[in-house]
Amino acid sequence: MDPASPHIAVVVPAYNEEESIRGVVADVHCSLERLGVRPEIIVVNDGSADGTVSAVRTLPCVLLSLPFNVGKGAATQLGFRYTYARNCDLVVLVDADGQHPANEIGILLKPLLEGTADVVIGSRFLGNRGSRSSFARRIGIGYLNAINGMLLRRRITDSTSGFRAMNRKALALCIGEYPPEYPEPEAIVLFTRKNLRVTEVEVHMTERTGGRSSIGIWNGFLYLFRTTLAMLMTVLRTHH
Amino acid sequence: MDTVVPLRIQILSIIGSVFFLLLIGRLILKGKLTEEYAVLWIVCTVVLLVLSFWRAGLEQMAAFLGVFYAPSLIFLAALFGVTIFLVHLSVVATRLEHQHRVLAQEIALLRNELRELQKT
Repeated sequence: MDPASPHIAVVVPAYNEEESIRGVVADVHCSLERLGVRPEIIVVNDGSADGTVSAVRTLPCVLLSLPFNVGKGAATQLGFRYTYARNCDLVVLVDADGQHPANEIGILLKPLLEGTADVVIGSRFLGNRGSRSSFARRIGIGYLNAINGMLLRRRITDSTSGFRAMNRKALALCIGEYPPEYPEPEAIVLFTRKNLRVTEVEVHMTERTGGRSSIGIWNGFLYLFRTTLAMLMTVLRTHH
Repeated sequence: MDTVVPLRIQILSIIGSVFFLLLIGRLILKGKLTEEYAVLWIVCTVVLLVLSFWRAGLEQMAAFLGVFYAPSLIFLAALFGVTIFLVHLSVVATRLEHQHRVLAQEIALLRNELRELQKT
């Protein structure tokens, strides 16, 4: 990438991820350097109770530390606000649990750099390699994909993927309104309804390297119900 | 059957209502209750007081509305009021939640700025 290339930043929302955060930041750092991009990584600590903050302080990244847990969406939005104020052109979202392949950030950025999309989602279901999550999860994701399909009349294969990249147009939308809790499926509705071009690309995710998922089995049903309601409300709210 | 409220319970309810009104007044004075909620509680207390003095009031209202058993009118009104108030509290909680998220974000940004300033 030449020096006139866009200002790119990577936002990593982290909640109790002291085991994996070092590896994730190191991977992202390497990946950005390989792409010829000056590494600008922002870790948003969402009120972690473990050693996430002290781990991040030793790493080559910016730390934004929330005083208490506010939810993944609100933590991510903080990253959006920071990068928007820093005039970033493109922002990549990478989860702190190590599931997202940092070496594939370039694949996410490609449609943005070519100007063919405003938001790019890394989908683990487009290809046939890598971790595709547990059976129960795949059912949940399939359900959310179906809801997205019905509401938006288009095919989404990985509604819950948090491995995403977006341009400044999408960033401007996100600093104003972004779902505060589990934002991924709802944000797709928001982006599409606001006429942003959403594209999926094939990525290969791995199993999480540390920490625990924020969604358990029983909470899964509650999550699906809440998310469905939120997606419907987003459609109604953005009714033209 | 004498449908008018007996005197003893009337005196008791008047004392109770006045005591409740004083309690609300004290909470407002001490700043523990904002006017927004105080208005609601004052209205509630005034309704209680009026019903305490106007002994046949409840019966007359029940008869007017076609409610056979007058006390059930109280339960209906109370349940309705409580439900509305709970919805209102949920709205307030949602607003506060949103505001406290924004505040937390601001704190994080300020912390970062402060650290940057300390470095230079």
